[in-house]
Amino acid sequence: MQQAAGNPRDLGPSVIGPGHDLGSVTDKITSIVLKRETPRGWWIGLGVCLSLAGVLLIAIVKLLADGVGVWGLNVPVGWGFAIINFVWWIGIGHAGTLISAILLLFRQEWRTSINRFAEAMTIFAVMCAGIFPLLHVGRPWLAYWLLPYPNTMALWPQFRSPLLWDVFAVSTYATVSLLFWYIGLIPDFATLRDRAKSKPFKVAYGMLALGWRGAARHWERYETAYLLLAGLATPLVVSVHTVVSFDFAVGIIPGWHATIMPPYFVAGAIYSGFAMVMTLAIPLRAVFGLKDFITMRHLQNMAKIILATDLIVAYGYAMEAFFAWYSGNKYESGMMWGRMVGPYWWAYWSLMLCNVAIPQLLWFKRVRSNVLVLFIICLIVNVGMWLERFVIVVTSLSRDFLPSSWDMYAGTKWDWMLYIGTIGLFGTLVFLFIRFLPMISIFEMRTLVPKSEAGTEASGFEEVE
Amino acid sequence: MKKPKPQSGDSFGYLAEFPDQHKLLDAIHTCRDAGYRKMEAYTPLPVHEVWEALGHTSPLAKLVLGGGITGALVGFGMQYYASAVHYPINIGGRPFNSWPSFIVITFEMTILFAALTAVFGMLALNGLPRPHHPVFDVPEFDNASRDRFFLLVPWYDPIYDRGHVEQLFDAMHPLSLNEVFHP
Repeated sequence: MQQAAGNPRDLGPSVIGPGHDLGSVTDKITSIVLKRETPRGWWIGLGVCLSLAGVLLIAIVKLLADGVGVWGLNVPVGWGFAIINFVWWIGIGHAGTLISAILLLFRQEWRTSINRFAEAMTIFAVMCAGIFPLLHVGRPWLAYWLLPYPNTMALWPQFRSPLLWDVFAVSTYATVSLLFWYIGLIPDFATLRDRAKSKPFKVAYGMLALGWRGAARHWERYETAYLLLAGLATPLVVSVHTVVSFDFAVGIIPGWHATIMPPYFVAGAIYSGFAMVMTLAIPLRAVFGLKDFITMRHLQNMAKIILATDLIVAYGYAMEAFFAWYSGNKYESGMMWGRMVGPYWWAYWSLMLCNVAIPQLLWFKRVRSNVLVLFIICLIVNVGMWLERFVIVVTSLSRDFLPSSWDMYAGTKWDWMLYIGTIGLFGTLVFLFIRFLPMISIFEMRTLVPKSEAGTEASGFEEVE
Repeated sequence: MKKPKPQSGDSFGYLAEFPDQHKLLDAIHTCRDAGYRKMEAYTPLPVHEVWEALGHTSPLAKLVLGGGITGALVGFGMQYYASAVHYPINIGGRPFNSWPSFIVITFEMTILFAALTAVFGMLALNGLPRPHHPVFDVPEFDNASRDRFFLLVPWYDPIYDRGHVEQLFDAMHPLSLNEVFHP
C-alpha cells in the first residue's frame, strides 16, 4: 500500500481529493454535523423511514397480540421470513467489520473514508437482524432463557446446539462492533466538542469524548487497542457467519447438510454487505458533497470486491448443483431439481440472474466507473442475496423426505410488514447517524493528508466520473 | 526528591503550540537534551515518532492476551461444568464432556473477553473518562483536535523550573506559549 500511495497512477483515482490539509479535512467533516440548517432531503428521508419503522411497530404489536400464527409458518416450512431476514441482515453487517478491521490490518488506506459509516451500518444491521430471532422465539420476554444463568429451574441452555452458538456469536459480534465503533469515535467526539458552538452539543459531545485530549501517551495505547480490536474482529466476523451457516449445515435437510455452507455463507455476507455499503455511499457522497473523500477509487475498489466475492458465491451455487448430481443421493438431487423446475423455479432463476449473471458486468471498467449503473447493480445484489436465503430456507423445507407432507410457503402481509419495517428502522438509524455523528473518521482522514499532497503533486490526475 | 502537593493556582506546566509534527519533534528533542523526562505531547492524529521520542510503551497487549485466556477458560469451564458436573444427561452413552461442540462458544468468549479488556484497559490506563484537565483552560488548545501540535512540560518533571522552561520554549518560537495552572 505504501507503493500505491506513492504512485497512484497505477490504481486510478486517489483516496482523497487534492488541496486538503489537516484543518480543511476537519472543518469539512465537522461542518456536516455542526452546521445549523438541516437539508430538506434529510427531513424527507427521515420521515419516510420513520413511517416504515411505524409499520414495524404495528407488525410487532400484532405478532405479540396474536402469536406467531400471524406469520405464514406451518409444517413443513417452520423457518420462513424470520430466518431469511435474520441471515440477510447479519450478512449485510459483515462488510462493515471487513472494511474497518480486515482492510485496516492489510493497510488498505482507501478504507479510511468509508469505515465509519460501514461500521455504523454493521451495528444497525445487527440490530435489525436481532429482532427476528427474538420475535421468533414466540415469547420474547423469556428470551433471556437463552443465556446461561443460575436459575431455580436448575436448567442450562443446550451448549451442543448451533442455535445457542448463534446466540453467543451474534451477541459477541454486536458487542465488539459497538465497542470498535465507539472507540473509533472518541477522538472525533473531542473534535466536535472543541468545534461545537451551542452549549448543549458541546456538553453532549464532551461527555461522549470522555475527556479525550490527544495526549501522545493516550494515542499509543489507543492505537494498540484499536489494532488489537481489529485483529480480534477479523476471526470473529468469519466465525459469525460460519455459525449462522451451521444453523443449516448441522441439520440433515437436503440442501443444508453440506460442508460448503460456511465459506459460501461468509463470502455471500461480504458480497451483500459491500453492496449495501455502496447503496448508502453513492447517495451520501452526492448529497453531502463528499466526492473528495469518497472518491471513484473507493467505488471501484468496492466493485472489485463485490465481483470477487460474487465469483465465490457463484462457485458455491455450482458446487451445490454438482454434488446434488455427483453424490447420487436421490434426496439431494430431488432437492436440486425441485429448486430448478419445481414450484419455486422463479425464485431460483431470479437468484441466478441477480447474483450470477448481472454482477458479471463489473468486469468492465466502464461499468465500474459509472456511478448510476453501480448503484443499480448493488440494489439488484441486495435483492439477489435475499432470494438466496429464501431459496435455501424455503425450497429445502417445503419438500421434505415424505411427499405426503409437502406444502407451499408464502409470507403473509405481517411477514412483509415486519421485513419492510426493519428496512425503515435501519434507514431511520442511518439518517440520525449522518446528522449527529461524523460519518467519516476525521482523525483517520488526517493521517492521509501528507500522503495525498505528495501523491497529487506527482501525478496531477483528476477524478474520473 | 518528592514534590509538595500542588495547591490550586500553582503552576501545572508550560504548553507550547507548534504548526506541524516536525516542529513538535524538534521541540521534544531540545527538551530532552535539556534534561526533561516527563513531557507530554498533544497531537490531532496518532504519530508514532512522537511517542517513540517521548519513550512511551504500554502493557496493554499483554493485558489483552490475559483477557483472551481468561475468556477461553471461562467459556470452556462454563460448558464443562454445566454438561459434565452440574447437570449431566446420558443420551445414548454419548460423552458428557463433548468438547468439539464446546469450541464455538469457547472461541466467542475468548474474543469477547479480549475485546472488553482492550477497550476498558485502554481507557483505564489512559485515566479516562476525565472530563477536565488543566490544559483545557488554554484557549488555543481547542485546535489540538484540529491541526495543531502541543508540547507540555509539566510540574512533576524532576527538574521543572518555570523560568528555564519558558526560556527554552521561547527560543523555539512556538505559535503560542501558555503557562497552565492547577485548577
